[in-house]
Amino acid sequence: MTTLLDPTAERSRVNRPRRAPPESLDGVTVALLDIGKARGDVFLDKLEALLGARGIKARRYRKPTNTRVAPTPLKQQIAAECGVVVEALSD
Amino acid sequence: MTALPDGLIVVAKKDCPTCVLVEPVLAALAKGPLPLTVYSQDDPRFPADVPHVVDDRALERSFRLAIETVPTLIRVAGGREVERVIGWHRDDWRRVSGQAVGEGLPAMQPGCGSKSVEPGIAEELLVKYGNTGLSARRIGVGAFEDEAEAMYARGWSDGLPLVPPTPGRVLRMLAGTTRDKAEVLGLMPPDLAPCTVEKVAINAVMAGCKPEYMPVVIAAVEAALMEPFALHGVLATTMFVGPVVIVNGPIARAIGMNGGGNALGQGNRANMTVGRALQLIVRNVGGGRPGGVDRATLGNPGKYTYCFAEDEENSCWEPLSVERGFPKGTSTVTLFAGEGMQAVVDQQSRDPESLTRSFARCLLSVGHIKWAMMSDAFLVVSPEHERTYRNAGWPKARFRAELEKALLRPGKDLVRGAGGMAEGVPAALADKLLPKFREGGLGIVRAGGQAGMFSAIIGGWAASGAVGSSPVSKEVGT
Repeated sequence: MTTLLDPTAERSRVNRPRRAPPESLDGVTVALLDIGKARGDVFLDKLEALLGARGIKARRYRKPTNTRVAPTPLKQQIAAECGVVVEALSD
Repeated sequence: MTALPDGLIVVAKKDCPTCVLVEPVLAALAKGPLPLTVYSQDDPRFPADVPHVVDDRALERSFRLAIETVPTLIRVAGGREVERVIGWHRDDWRRVSGQAVGEGLPAMQPGCGSKSVEPGIAEELLVKYGNTGLSARRIGVGAFEDEAEAMYARGWSDGLPLVPPTPGRVLRMLAGTTRDKAEVLGLMPPDLAPCTVEKVAINAVMAGCKPEYMPVVIAAVEAALMEPFALHGVLATTMFVGPVVIVNGPIARAIGMNGGGNALGQGNRANMTVGRALQLIVRNVGGGRPGGVDRATLGNPGKYTYCFAEDEENSCWEPLSVERGFPKGTSTVTLFAGEGMQAVVDQQSRDPESLTRSFARCLLSVGHIKWAMMSDAFLVVSPEHERTYRNAGWPKARFRAELEKALLRPGKDLVRGAGGMAEGVPAALADKLLPKFREGGLGIVRAGGQAGMFSAIIGGWAASGAVGSSPVSKEVGT
């Protein structure tokens, strides 16, 4: 492990807090990301229907394979088009 | 480390001719009445014929014994050091050891530097085995985490890569100044956080400074914190400006700063990193970041770093530092809230009157051509332009006086609406003769390469002077 000395006035925590989720999904487009694991599509279909029933816009995305991290263009596309992302992580 | 073994201790390394010279002495001492322990810094098989050699390649024992030279002979009694001899001195070795060693060897021979005090090693040993006295919070970065990315992720960077501020690097940086690392230089805006010398050193490491730049960085920070500079406003403004650092005096040459060719450009480590360190300190200690308190509409590339030296040595004019009240030969930094730079190209003028008119016309465009007494400016005169004044025998005071005369304009041409432009000065000034710059608002320095009839204008902030920022100077200490 490398030790670095904090160059700041030390007014924030060492461990960065996770970004807080939005308080509301009103006006937010939700990315539904299928990572390629079995039955992920079933979960996302259900979620898309539930979101649609609440008037929340969702867009579907899919990783080429679950064995690799998402390609950068896909991540950039999701970031450009959506405010939050939900991944179907496991089978 | 355990208590010192009673008897004799010798700290040595094979890579030292004096240690090799005394190798037979050590073998003889090992057979004597006092137990002998040798701490070997580079080869545990050295010296030969000594039964008790301790491998000190980690240099912990050398560090704890504060060894600066090898060989060092120490006599220990009751677990405590009683006496030590540095280097080979036959009489002293005989007295301390109580044995008639070293027959046939020279009476004395100086030793070599201990590995524990080699540059780069001493600080790491202090970090590992000693008390550094550093008070900044430690941030652990995992073995498989990229240090550069970890620093970006924490928001420490200006957008460019940083040098990781490890304790060893920070200690080396602090060695560049005599100032106490706990000293508070002031409260750094916008958060008004105490800015210690240690925090300056951490940010100077990240910026890429060498330790010998520290006095200049400290002076720049102290200047930035002077009330007339109005650092908070300089940071917070929607306008372009950031601190421009101009260095005068022998320190500029001592640390290799550039006041010659490409003085305002890239490529010189001291120029680049001193200015960058100041900006990183504002960012990290003060919390001043674009999108936060920094509300610049466009900013300027100099907000990464904007620092250069005045070329005093080859100038016929008195340097900026002297104009600002310091004795010639004093090392100073002068800070100016400046924007990017604008070229003044005049390849035709051969007399000072013509060239002065060129400068004046170009200077009129600072901020807005119809502004008067608003933005300050610095004129950076190149050697070929300065030569025109040198040949004509114009001292700087005359140049300034003639320039200021050429910068006077009738208010009627500058009032709002005049010339078909809404921008301008209030109508009440229509009958006045208006100078472009407030009194003291135009700085003149000499810098640049030998070839090129080009000078540069660094425009200032619209809020110049008492209503905003004034140039400030600070002597560079140690």
